[in-house]
Amino acid sequence: MSGSNPPAGRRAPFATDWGMRIFGILIIAYLAYASTQLDLGLGRFINGLGEGGRFIARLFPPNFERWELLLEGLLESIQIAVLATVGGIILSLPLGLMAARNIAPWWVSGPTRAFIAVCRSLHYVIVAIIFVKALGFGALAGIAALIIASIGFVAKLFAEAVEEISMKQVEAVRSTGASGMAVLLYAVLPQVASRFVGFGLYQLDSNLRNSTLVGVVGAGGIGGTLFAAFKRFDYDFVSAILIAIIALILLAELVSGRIRAAMR
Amino acid sequence: MSATTGNPSGDTLAPLRRQWIRHSPAERLTRWLMFLAVVAAVVWAVRTIDIIPEFLADAPEQMADLVLRMWPPDLAAYPTTIHAALVETLHIASLGTAFGFLMALPLALMAARNICRIPALNALAQVGLVASRSVNSLVWALIFVAVFGPGAAAGVFAIAFRSIGFVGKLLAEALEEMNPGPREALRAAGAPWGAEMLKAVWPQIRPAFWGVALFRWDINVRESAVLGLVGAGGIGVVLEDAINFFQWDQVATILLAILAVVLVAEIVVTRVRARLL
Repeated sequence: MSGSNPPAGRRAPFATDWGMRIFGILIIAYLAYASTQLDLGLGRFINGLGEGGRFIARLFPPNFERWELLLEGLLESIQIAVLATVGGIILSLPLGLMAARNIAPWWVSGPTRAFIAVCRSLHYVIVAIIFVKALGFGALAGIAALIIASIGFVAKLFAEAVEEISMKQVEAVRSTGASGMAVLLYAVLPQVASRFVGFGLYQLDSNLRNSTLVGVVGAGGIGGTLFAAFKRFDYDFVSAILIAIIALILLAELVSGRIRAAMR
Repeated sequence: MSATTGNPSGDTLAPLRRQWIRHSPAERLTRWLMFLAVVAAVVWAVRTIDIIPEFLADAPEQMADLVLRMWPPDLAAYPTTIHAALVETLHIASLGTAFGFLMALPLALMAARNICRIPALNALAQVGLVASRSVNSLVWALIFVAVFGPGAAAGVFAIAFRSIGFVGKLLAEALEEMNPGPREALRAAGAPWGAEMLKAVWPQIRPAFWGVALFRWDINVRESAVLGLVGAGGIGVVLEDAINFFQWDQVATILLAILAVVLVAEIVVTRVRARLL
């Protein structure tokens, strides 16, 4: 990103940008107003510091005694992430093609884009709440919620990738009299396949992160164990769970980095 | 991509009969192994996951029931309870973003290798940024609810601590990518460190700064909507209450309100970015 270039005529060094200054003052004024609305007293903050010290003291040492429970939750989180990614990718493929404005007519792409936007706008935990009601407690609700989140991300990026393809190949294949399906298979998909794999890997990564949390609302995985430990003030078990989650995420990042390098 | 030649016999047409293969055998092997690993992971997940068949069987019925209970949305509840909570959510997102930036700026300066020349401090700042990023905002919220007690303060701190890693990483990258010329010129003129930062560094990272700020604020608006589920203030608290009381028509209103705010925030961010950058 480059800085703003100065106007050619007037060359005042370090000229004051009044528009930006007023914008900044407005933001600061709003923040000051917002902080008065939220009851963020200094006394409360100082009180919190003491509480924070006590809380951190109770986190240590991490208690791995109930490692079976921990492992069970982690495995369920991984299962949720894998199935949600596969389901999300399978659904994103047609949705992404339907949302691409250069492939699909506007009366198909418009509604599909709106659907994808709604999928993306709702936070996965909120979607998980709805699915916990509809599908009952457990991993299935988590999978469904993360499938929606995956569609919001993968289908959007996939549609954008399809919109960027070169139409020459599409025209060439079409001019041979190929059917619509053949055009998709031989002109569109080869151009976007490698990027699609990248989106899928990225989404697996982020689904793994998110699957450790959907349990907070009862949708399976380690999140439920974590929330229960918090509610019981079992803080040494909480720190064990947090360490396990962070280790899992770092490991997943490492593995997906390797896979991405191998697939290039 | 690599090409292997087919039959390398003596005839003159041999170059035309070359057989092109896109990947080397080793590449093909890794691809197959990866494909196999993906299939194995899916099969393992499907076979061992704990899904209760009764729940799956009556899912359509429950879904229909949910939709019937949600329709029509209870719009009368909006002015009385939902509006105030929605505004509180926006305040949490904005203040959290601001606090996050306040804490991320020193870390970003410390993490940028061209600003801070001490490798140990670079590494320390990086560890701080990674730690902030690897803990999800809901987990930060759980932690700060334990520290500050339930309420918007916990939400603000959760959003701020989650933002540090993201903002700090992007700002540090912007700092490392900037042009060293203006800084060297100012230093040659004898400018003190503060003037160098203000007049050489800040103008160069300003577009990145506002871009990151808008981007993160947009994300934080989404995230602050759910913090209330663990007691950290905002519209999530109202949502949690409505769900616990089975007031599904009110839940529908809240979801519509969240959706509207998120979409409006996205439009505002796009507009402001087009104006600023």
